Amino acid sequence: MLEIKNLHVSVDHNPILKGLNLKVNKGEIHAIMGPNGSGKSTLASVIAGREEYKIDKGSILFFNKELSELSADERAKKGIFLAFQYPVEIPGVSTTNFIKTAVNQIRQSKGKKPLDAVSFLKIMKEKMKLVEIKQTLLSRSINEGFSGGEKKKNEIFQMAMLEPELAILDETDSGLDIDALKIVANGVNKLKSKNNATILVTHYQRLLDYIIPDFVHVLIDGKIVKSGDKNLALELEEKGYDWIKVNN
Amino acid sequence: MNKDDKILKEFTSKEYEHGWSVDLDVDQAPNGLNEYIVKFISKKKKEPQWLLDWRLNAFNVFKKMKEPNWANLNIPKIDFQGISYYSAPKQKSKLNSLDDVDPELLKTFERLGISLQEQKRLSGVAIDAVIDSVSIGTTFKDKLRKLGIIFSSFSEAVIEHPELVKKYLGTIVPSNDNYFAALNSAVFSDGSFCYIPKGVRCPMELSTYFRINAENTGQFERTLIVADDNSYVSYLEGCTAPMRDENQLHAAVVEIFAGKDAEVKYSTIQNWYPGNKEGVGGIFNFVTKRGICFGDNSKISWTQVETGSAITWKYPSCILKGNYSKGEFYSVAVTNNYQQADTGTKMIHIGKNTKSKIISKGISAGFSQNSYRGQVKVMKRASKSRNFSQCDSLLLGNKCGAHTFPYIDVENKSSMVEHEATTSKIGEDQIFYCLQRGIDEENAVALIVNGYAKEVLNQLPMEFSVEAQKLLSLTLEGSVG
Repeated sequence: MLEIKNLHVSVDHNPILKGLNLKVNKGEIHAIMGPNGSGKSTLASVIAGREEYKIDKGSILFFNKELSELSADERAKKGIFLAFQYPVEIPGVSTTNFIKTAVNQIRQSKGKKPLDAVSFLKIMKEKMKLVEIKQTLLSRSINEGFSGGEKKKNEIFQMAMLEPELAILDETDSGLDIDALKIVANGVNKLKSKNNATILVTHYQRLLDYIIPDFVHVLIDGKIVKSGDKNLALELEEKGYDWIKVNN
Repeated sequence: MNKDDKILKEFTSKEYEHGWSVDLDVDQAPNGLNEYIVKFISKKKKEPQWLLDWRLNAFNVFKKMKEPNWANLNIPKIDFQGISYYSAPKQKSKLNSLDDVDPELLKTFERLGISLQEQKRLSGVAIDAVIDSVSIGTTFKDKLRKLGIIFSSFSEAVIEHPELVKKYLGTIVPSNDNYFAALNSAVFSDGSFCYIPKGVRCPMELSTYFRINAENTGQFERTLIVADDNSYVSYLEGCTAPMRDENQLHAAVVEIFAGKDAEVKYSTIQNWYPGNKEGVGGIFNFVTKRGICFGDNSKISWTQVETGSAITWKYPSCILKGNYSKGEFYSVAVTNNYQQADTGTKMIHIGKNTKSKIISKGISAGFSQNSYRGQVKVMKRASKSRNFSQCDSLLLGNKCGAHTFPYIDVENKSSMVEHEATTSKIGEDQIFYCLQRGIDEENAVALIVNGYAKEVLNQLPMEFSVEAQKLLSLTLEGSVG
């Protein structure tokens, strides 16, 4: 599904990713772990198509199509979803209106008719249950005055509505208490299928107790320096990132 | 070119939709402003002597006045002698019904999306259509008349209801109020007149549509709305003009009177031609709009969506004379390219326990300048009065300007005035968030801008709210900061 080859990315001429390789297949969950500043969020943003991130070298293929040729909204229409670390507030625009616009634009790009209000609400009600989000929250301006937990739940709710092929969760666990973390993780697990894939970008092993990854990759200084299964995360938790740095 | 610039460029490259003109056979006054022209207009309209005297008096006042220069506007010298002050599409004789109207004229309004054919009006909006200097036709007149409501062109009202016109004309905006009001009083050509009798709730929206068509003409319309005790009316006004390289002058006066327990809701969607991308052409829009809440417990509410004009100079105001009366002002003003707007309101609290609310949302893009200017004055005897003002500015790009000029003057201690102001930019973060969800740039900006202006758009009658949303998206198509 996703194949990243020798990816070099810079921001304002500062190299951040320095030759990253990653392959993600359908049905897989990958966790990307690493210390602060190692390039985790950059990786998430560059896949989603944020323009400040410049690809100097290498390629990102999504279903064998070069992603760098597509704008961010085209990538979203192809099935790439990013759950933001810091979800953005848009005053006066309700989550319902926002996600309806998104759903219908994606449908339109696939030659489908827009959903009418009744069908849309029906689907919305169903997906709301997944992350235990209240309708009143969805009628409020998106993310405005939301608590940290509500923002993250709202991200997963949107993911449920858009049903992406590839979901990238950028530090979705940060700022969540244990109850909210469980709800969010539970939502992600329920959305998982053999046809989609998930990339979890995280600092801590904690999230991986609830969402079990098939692969764990350690990102240090712009490169994946070690890959393994879920046990690698546990080992990291115990020994810290220095352990890997020393060993490399 | 960075992303913001790219998006902005897309926005600003949008052409003005109503920029066409039609070849109508017109009856036009020679260019120039003098006593003869004032008399010419009055005669054309077969006006009574008292009105001619009133005009001439205003003209004398005007001659002694100077153009105002206090606004935050860069106004090129206006050649008042280079303008024709009267232009009317030629019609064979007096019109008995809409069927007698020149089909070319009707087509003009069809093209604007306004059908004057009553049977086609499913929305239940009565319309008075004004092209250049005269009113073309008013719909639903008979239905309204049964309720005692008078809704007609101003000229017609002068002939048919002189006592009403005489009683209220110039009482709210006197001829000597300001330079442009004086000019209007001297040369006003037509406009709408509306009277709602005691205890009547007007069952439909009353709407006037203004269109400047002829070249080098000024449009000076005069609107007078009188809501007698315990009545209600919702009034709408729309404006468009063709694209011309020359600037055209528009100086209107609107007066509203609200009796005891009466309520008037006045909504405007102003979409005069704003000039081209380089700032050439466009309408100079100098408007004096004022309402008086004369009776106790009366209410006047102004809602405006301002997207057009090269220069906008406009401060719809409320004089809150009656005790417990209320004034409201909701405004969205958008400027793009080289447009300049200096707009806001005045709330003058005279009666006790009066309340006013001001919600102003400015949106600036391109190289435009957008100013909010508002005055809240609470007089000594207006005890326990309250005002709340909120003035927000949204910037798209970094070459435009937003300014806020609040003037607050409170003369008693039991009153309360609150003022809040914010300035923000549409962030790249907001745009990216939308894009990432599959919403394209154009829709993203429309979504964000409409969200920002929502509080004001919600005040508009339903169908106009939809029209206003489209217009906002169109004016800015894709804008961000």
